[in-house]
Amino acid sequence: MITLSNPGGSKKDCVKRSMLQRALLIVFSLVSQAFAEPMTFASPTNIFAPASTPAHSIYGLSLLVLGITACIFTIVVGLMTYIVVKFRRRPEDDDREPAQVYGSIQVEVAWTVIPILIVVVLFMATARVIASVQSPTLDNAVKVTAVGHQFWWEYRYPGLNIVTANELHIPVSDPVHPTPTLITLLSADTDHSFWVPRLAGKTDLIPNRTNSMWIDPQQTGLFLGQCAQYCGTQHAKMLLRVYVQSREEFDRWVREQSQSAHLSDTVSEGRRIFENTACTKCHVVTGTPATGQFGPDLSHLMSRETIGAGVAANTHENLRQWIKNPGAIKPGALMPAMGLNEHELDAVTAYLETLR
Amino acid sequence: MSAASATVPAAEFRWSPAVRGQLGMYCLIAAEAAIFTIFVVAYLFYLGKSLNGPTPREVLHFPVAMTICLLSSSVSIHLAASSLRKGRIGTFAGWWFLTLALGAAFLLGTALEWRHLIYEKRLTIQTNLFGTTYYSLVGLHAFHVVVGLVGLSTVLLLTLLGSVRRQHSQRVDVFALYWHFVDSVWIVVVMVVYVIGR
Amino acid sequence: MSTNPITWPEAEVVSRPFVDRLHEWVTTVDHKRLGLMYIFYALIFLVIGGIEAAIMRVQLSAAHNNFVSPQVFNQMFTMHGTTMIFFVAMPLVFGFANYLLPLMLGARDMAFPRLNAFSFWLTAFGGILLYFSFLGGNGLYGAGGAPDVGWFAYAPLTAPTFSPGHSTDFWTLSLLVSGFGSIGTAINIIATILCMRCPGMELRKMPLFAWLNLVMAGMVILAVSPLSAAQIMLLIDRYLGGHFFDTQAGGSAVIWMHFFWIFGHPEVYVLVIPAFAMASEIVPVFSRKPIFGYPVMVAATVCIGFIGMSVWAHHMFTIGMSSNANTFFVLSTMAISVPTGIKIFNWLATMWGGKIEFKAPMLFIVGFLFQFLIAGLTGIMLSIAPFDWQLGNSYFVVAHFHYVIVGGILFAVFGGFYYWFPKMSGKMYDEKLAKIHFCLFFVGFHLTFDFMHIPGLLGMPRRIYTYEPGRGWDAWNLLVTIGVFVQALSVLVFAVNLLWSYLKGNLAGNDPWDAWTLEWSANSPPPAYNFASVPTVKSRRPLWDLKHPEDPDWKYE
Repeated sequence: MITLSNPGGSKKDCVKRSMLQRALLIVFSLVSQAFAEPMTFASPTNIFAPASTPAHSIYGLSLLVLGITACIFTIVVGLMTYIVVKFRRRPEDDDREPAQVYGSIQVEVAWTVIPILIVVVLFMATARVIASVQSPTLDNAVKVTAVGHQFWWEYRYPGLNIVTANELHIPVSDPVHPTPTLITLLSADTDHSFWVPRLAGKTDLIPNRTNSMWIDPQQTGLFLGQCAQYCGTQHAKMLLRVYVQSREEFDRWVREQSQSAHLSDTVSEGRRIFENTACTKCHVVTGTPATGQFGPDLSHLMSRETIGAGVAANTHENLRQWIKNPGAIKPGALMPAMGLNEHELDAVTAYLETLR
Repeated sequence: MSAASATVPAAEFRWSPAVRGQLGMYCLIAAEAAIFTIFVVAYLFYLGKSLNGPTPREVLHFPVAMTICLLSSSVSIHLAASSLRKGRIGTFAGWWFLTLALGAAFLLGTALEWRHLIYEKRLTIQTNLFGTTYYSLVGLHAFHVVVGLVGLSTVLLLTLLGSVRRQHSQRVDVFALYWHFVDSVWIVVVMVVYVIGR
Repeated sequence: MSTNPITWPEAEVVSRPFVDRLHEWVTTVDHKRLGLMYIFYALIFLVIGGIEAAIMRVQLSAAHNNFVSPQVFNQMFTMHGTTMIFFVAMPLVFGFANYLLPLMLGARDMAFPRLNAFSFWLTAFGGILLYFSFLGGNGLYGAGGAPDVGWFAYAPLTAPTFSPGHSTDFWTLSLLVSGFGSIGTAINIIATILCMRCPGMELRKMPLFAWLNLVMAGMVILAVSPLSAAQIMLLIDRYLGGHFFDTQAGGSAVIWMHFFWIFGHPEVYVLVIPAFAMASEIVPVFSRKPIFGYPVMVAATVCIGFIGMSVWAHHMFTIGMSSNANTFFVLSTMAISVPTGIKIFNWLATMWGGKIEFKAPMLFIVGFLFQFLIAGLTGIMLSIAPFDWQLGNSYFVVAHFHYVIVGGILFAVFGGFYYWFPKMSGKMYDEKLAKIHFCLFFVGFHLTFDFMHIPGLLGMPRRIYTYEPGRGWDAWNLLVTIGVFVQALSVLVFAVNLLWSYLKGNLAGNDPWDAWTLEWSANSPPPAYNFASVPTVKSRRPLWDLKHPEDPDWKYE
């Protein structure tokens, strides 16, 4: 808090001035916090940084459209500026009304035909991209089924016997020998939308409807996104993490994930608590009585970097806190606080941490 | 800019309420037609999509008597309106009452059909998609018939009290438009539900 | 705005008790009073909706902020959208239409004065019912009363399973009720325009304001009804166990979207066409020329009305429609840009060669022209389905539609406020305060809504109560928030101006703008009966003919 010594002024002035100083300080710190990162357009979810064919097609089309609209903008705003300057009433003007012009057919035709031509050009370019994105030829595609839930993502690889959650692993696609990923989109409850801007446009997940989309990322790395259709309280925290891996790494991941859960004897107490509480009604751990379908599959929980659909890092503290009270991390998440005491929490956390 | 206030030349003129009333009723009919269209679209969209339960073919029978009643009531209301225009209050009252009776008979038919469907065929609004869309569409129409009957009864009451005269014929014409609309909707509903839908 | 006893200026008028005057207003069927009530109602909700927006913006000014809970935030965006569309924009549109149409047409009142009053009170009640939800009922997971399902209330989020409690029902019922009020007013507008024009005013001679409101009313009748139908279906689902949108029983979530957007898209034309109407009255008067291309303007508006009913699924490009369907809606949406562009060019051509007076109404209309152009261009971008696959449901869309509604419609309406305030109140507003209002609002608007496009381009979806740091969205969101407070300040200046000018302003006289349509021949404010005797007209600009008898319009039209 900043106080200003003010021998001359009244006490009220002093208080007012220091409150103003405080307000300015708060504003300043907010602003500098926000501007701490350089104010660039660098963003892991920038639609103008495509890394996959659908995103590239959209990017190309967007440049065309931005170019055309920029031209239209320049011309029309230029016209507006000219008019506003040239035809304003000057102080020395007399009171005579200007020439009363009612219209002109030629001019109307001109500014009807030219926009129609622009529309035709844009439409043809658009129709081509729609066709190429919506009807691709996909050979050698990895098939994934994504099921949207409130507020997490379920991923099933039907051919590979893998069920996982929230972190999607797919192989990188070499443009010469493409290995795209075809994602079938379903929903278990309300509408959701799968949006990873650098990989593709968004497609919705709608209950009682099967949608599909495809991506063929040409770089490895982690691509971020999030649910883009309001689905309830925690819509904002239904984050997407797509891990694009080299073929070897992907194959290794597939091998690990398709195995049954590794069950260790050292955590039998935690496992006993898990299997005797309501946990099994919602979660699956393969090879155990836990066969619930409502929540994420936990068989390989520790292979994931985050929990709660990207909400928190998958660390011991976060995991323990999540089990204790998910609402503390993600208020509105559908998993209830399990009402375990501290000892039970330690045991269950230890058990889950063995599920690699 | 001058602040001259201009006085515009006057004219001999009368606005007649008749055209306004008819136009207003046509606009209302357009709005109601849009509402019914949405219910019809939903009905057609969900044909064949029910997961279970009775199908239209199993439970629906073409409502001959009801349709005759309702369509005849359009004829009788037309005759009533033209009687009133000629000033024949008694004839008007007779045809008007017949319209009311035919409308009531129609509703009775709907009630009987629904009782049969609910208790004997076990089809309710909750049963399946067909149940939901059927009862909603037919029910919405029946609701409009009820509103029409309320209007018909009111006018009948006023007639019996002696308040309805020849100069009210334009208002009666506007009401008759509504009744004709309710009839036309029935024709559409019958086609969609009992013919196409089966 | 007071009862105007004008027959004998020297007559003594006894001031009546407050209860009597209140009763007069509550039971009025006078189109002018109803118009004013609609407008005041809208202004109150503008402030309320603005507060809801400010709450959201404060929450979003930084990543992982904790200003409000997610439950409250979700209520805020639902209520903000619903309020602004149904209880601010629609009442403003109907209020100005009600007030001005009989005056412009030389009529004594609207066609159905009692229906007019009934429609107003239905709308008013709807708004109060919606806000009552804050006091009663349970929402999503018992989070508190107000609706939190988004203003378009997608199924199956609105199903009893996902929205237990009554929040959704408040949304449904309040809009159902006010929807019937809207249909009533639309019927009134159509009947008034078609049946109650004064002698000599053929359809091709009536002011463009009347033409455009006619098209708007037609769209209301065809568009609000589908929403009412869908809401009845939703009520059947929620209360009678129906399955219209019940995906578990084979129902379709997509059919709700179709029904909603068949309403939702024409609705935005319902809102913008009256803004065009105001611009079409103000631009000629302040450029001192007749509107350029009157018949083309009418034809373009009718085209917009028709095409506007066929573009709705451009709100659904991401739901997985076939490529044929997507392509069709791309074409129809792009097609609308042609008549809209024609209108912009016609306004510019009206200004060309004129002697433009930059008083407050014209300043706001020029702002409208500039911003509506930009909004139209971002609309073209969104009409391109693949681009919409990236930008849809993101802050780019939010920026686009606020550009239309605030930058376009609200600017035009402010222009209309200042233009017709002298007529409605008899007093002139303060020009300097009005210019301050314009400057502040312009700066605040652009600060908020220009920069709002950028987070959309950087991947920020809408309807999120917070966002992750490290996505590059933080700085832009903060700028957007700051702009909101500048806008709030400008609205305060506006309110002060209105109030002060009404109480202490100079008398305006009948025709402060030297304008040409019939409303300027009536007194300011007009007496209850509008015109002492029914006027006759010979051209589109009857007052021009009177002021320039040597050069009347009817010689050239």
